[in-house]
Amino acid sequence: MRKILDHHVAILLGLVVIGSVIFNVWSPWQFTEIASNWKFIDFTVKVTWWICGVAFVLLGLFMAWAIWRYKFHESGESHYEPEHPVLESWLTIITSIGVVIMLAPGLIVWDDYVQVPSDAMEVEVLGEQWTWKYRFPGEDGIFGTTSVKKNVNRGRDETTFEPNITSLNPFGMRDGDPHGEDDILIASNVLHLPLDRNVKVVLRSKDVLHDFWVPEIRAKMDMVPGMITYFWFRPTRTGKFEILCAELCGRGHHIMRGEMYIDTQEDFEAWLDSQVTWAEMKAGQTPEEPIVAKGRQLADQNGCFACHSLDGTSVVGPTWKGMWGREVNLADGSTVIADEAYIVESIVEPSVKLVEGFGSVMTPYAFEDDEMEALLRFLQETAE
Amino acid sequence: MATAEIPYQETVPLHHPKTWIGKYVFSQDHKVIAVQYGITAMAVGLVALFLSDLMRIQIAFPGFMEWFVEDYYYQAITMHGMIMVIYLLTAFLLGAFGNFTVPLMCGARDMVFPFVNMLSYWVYLLSVIILLLAYIPGLGGPTGAGWTLYPPQTITEGTPGADWGITTMLASLAVFIVAFTMGGLNYITTILQARTRGMSLMRLPLTVWGIFVATFLGLLAFPALFVSAIMMILDLKIGTSFFMPAIVSLGQTLAYDGGQPLLFQHLFWFFGHPEVYIVALPAFGVVSDLISVHARKNIFGYRLMVWALVFIGVLSFIVWAHHMFVAGMHPYFGFFFATTTLIIAVPTAIKVYNWILTLWKANIKLTVPMLYALSFVLTFIMGGITGLFLGNVIIDIPLSDTYFVVAHFHMVMGVSPILAIFGGIYHWYPKLTGRMLNDFWGKMHFWITFLGTYIIYFPMHYLGFIGVPRRYYENFDSSFYPASAQMLNEVITWTALVVGAAQLIYVANLVHSYFYGKPAGDNPWGANSLEWCTPETPPGHGNWGDKLPTVHRWAYDYSVPGSEKDFIPQTVPQGQSS
Repeated sequence: MRKILDHHVAILLGLVVIGSVIFNVWSPWQFTEIASNWKFIDFTVKVTWWICGVAFVLLGLFMAWAIWRYKFHESGESHYEPEHPVLESWLTIITSIGVVIMLAPGLIVWDDYVQVPSDAMEVEVLGEQWTWKYRFPGEDGIFGTTSVKKNVNRGRDETTFEPNITSLNPFGMRDGDPHGEDDILIASNVLHLPLDRNVKVVLRSKDVLHDFWVPEIRAKMDMVPGMITYFWFRPTRTGKFEILCAELCGRGHHIMRGEMYIDTQEDFEAWLDSQVTWAEMKAGQTPEEPIVAKGRQLADQNGCFACHSLDGTSVVGPTWKGMWGREVNLADGSTVIADEAYIVESIVEPSVKLVEGFGSVMTPYAFEDDEMEALLRFLQETAE
Repeated sequence: MATAEIPYQETVPLHHPKTWIGKYVFSQDHKVIAVQYGITAMAVGLVALFLSDLMRIQIAFPGFMEWFVEDYYYQAITMHGMIMVIYLLTAFLLGAFGNFTVPLMCGARDMVFPFVNMLSYWVYLLSVIILLLAYIPGLGGPTGAGWTLYPPQTITEGTPGADWGITTMLASLAVFIVAFTMGGLNYITTILQARTRGMSLMRLPLTVWGIFVATFLGLLAFPALFVSAIMMILDLKIGTSFFMPAIVSLGQTLAYDGGQPLLFQHLFWFFGHPEVYIVALPAFGVVSDLISVHARKNIFGYRLMVWALVFIGVLSFIVWAHHMFVAGMHPYFGFFFATTTLIIAVPTAIKVYNWILTLWKANIKLTVPMLYALSFVLTFIMGGITGLFLGNVIIDIPLSDTYFVVAHFHMVMGVSPILAIFGGIYHWYPKLTGRMLNDFWGKMHFWITFLGTYIIYFPMHYLGFIGVPRRYYENFDSSFYPASAQMLNEVITWTALVVGAAQLIYVANLVHSYFYGKPAGDNPWGANSLEWCTPETPPGHGNWGDKLPTVHRWAYDYSVPGSEKDFIPQTVPQGQSS
């Protein structure tokens, strides 16, 4: 007992090392099961794991042992030896060998990772605060070009431009590019991909950095506005997987989720066939009355669609679809009919009557009477 | 020969302060400035500690603090990170330890430019005040962009504090860099110009070497942060587009065009990676000295330790983009930066070996400073080897932006340097105040802090493996990890709260011992380096009385065969043993 007390420091440090090993063996928290071709990443992790684990245990236990063995005695004396070039050289050489063993497989896999197989199909992921959209290149196999602005006029004193990404053109497709017409646009956060096909994921962002990440796939890459980035993988099992954003993108970062389904080839094709192309999307847009179009333009310009959708999904704020005239549950437990008076109040003083389940994040907006009228007409038109 | 020359500082008179304010407030004495830096850094560090407790409660018990909304969470992670890295660790290791140890260990009267040194502290204090101005109510609070401040989100509306918050942050950083430069030039010049007779570079204690190399890194790296702060302020305030491409922010198309967000990341990490070593190298130095003194044995492989510091310092400038493996830069960069990063592991490993080999056949006194030094080594090994995972580009792909990264960098540059700082404080407090810190409470503080932080961060690596993403206000139930992960989060949070509260023991010990601690004497640890040879304890203004000490040997003559005592101070001539 006395001995244990005497040597408690060495014992506790040793226990920290041994405890870490036990935790590692018994922990239920291991790498998630892989669902892609990147098994060699997991292999490289294992190699590193073993080399580093052994080094940690050896060094930690050696230290604990030295503390036990060479604890202070009045009569004790240290061994005076400032240097030992042979020992130091050997340690340097062994460490270097360990580093090479870890680095070599890592670089080989990286070489695979950055070179996309020529037979890979392409899908574009478009990130925006705080959801995902997807695009397939369609029959011609080529993505149409996109842009954030159109009709840019760089003047001497002032540069003018019009927005190209709007509620009518959510992907920012560039006018007049024939490759864009057959692009398949998926304005929802649900993506389907076929099993066992190489996929090149082309990454684009409208606003800030995001990162398209499915943990089971292992691969990830940031999406950077103004740039196109990519990675590739091959799904190896069917099922539903969660998509996360892995790069901090503002106050809604944690709600930027999506779903990825890996389907059989037939299921995938059936799903893809049911989606609309850019040409079809444009054709389906019936001309709006001028006042309604003005309302839509106002909603676009003020960024309303960042939080309020037209398709029934609710992320940051309640959707506008079916809103007009509906009974709404409020955060304080009461209910209200979403009539014109309530909607105007919610625009001018949004925090007064909060819809249940949504945070108080909207800033108040002020509109001229004619603008408010246009906005209301647009809401009425789309929300019915 | 250098030993015969009259040291520079014996030729210039020292201006003694005439008033109380000149002595303790606007003081030019490096020891007072060290204390000012230390107290300010610790005070702002307590703010960061409090923020981390709030974050941990939110992570483990979402919804428990209803008022703690998304914005507060993201602001807390940002401020916590920035305060810890810059305003606590950098300021403490260089501002406090650098100021206290450099002149004393070199045998100088003071820093070479005492007035600039004084300004350095006051400008640092100004930067802290500007940083905290972000909390003025009604202006939107501090930035919530994450401590890396990546544009475009830093200055767009989807991020909290996108105007006032980021402005104060960037202004504060710029001011801090001014302060650091004034201090840093002093440390370098003093080490090069004001060493006493016989103190050759290769006789300097490793603490001074660590501070020396780290200061070089700082002087070369901080300008990159400075220019990126200026460029971002220009983007924000007058609409330049250095970092801003054409974007649609929350539905509104902004006027920016043609900027490159990756440019900021390169500048930031060109500063940010050396910054890791700005924090680590002084800690390496301090720990080397603590281990040698308290193990009563020479540091093993001194020359290799010095060259490893220099080599790490040089390499640290060509590894920065390992923070950007998933950033979207040219993929071929991955080969280069993974290779340089793993090469840096070799000199780092050598340092670890030499610390441990110093313990072999030693006569180890398990004092409180020694406990901290030993725990530093173990924690640093853990943090170092997980760095080998993240530095190997392909392994970084699945692990980046998960809790594995959070665990790694907290181990390697959060907990490790803080353990080294505590070790240094327990070691030098007797010289600074003339009194010993309480041993029992020191040990209590040590065990709670060391075991607690290990329990916090070791299991956190596993959260990363199962794919829990970092910087999430809330982790909803996810299919790819077991629900028990949340239980682990709760354990981590409870431990964090205990460790946080235990720091009060330490603060109380500092204050209580200042008045009631056991008198320390001149050299309570039996150490060799010059700061323990001052004629007075605490050392007076000018440190050495009329004549500067003469150095005859290196700082590590412990247990030399044939000598009476187990230590021979640097001032003892060769051939004599006491």
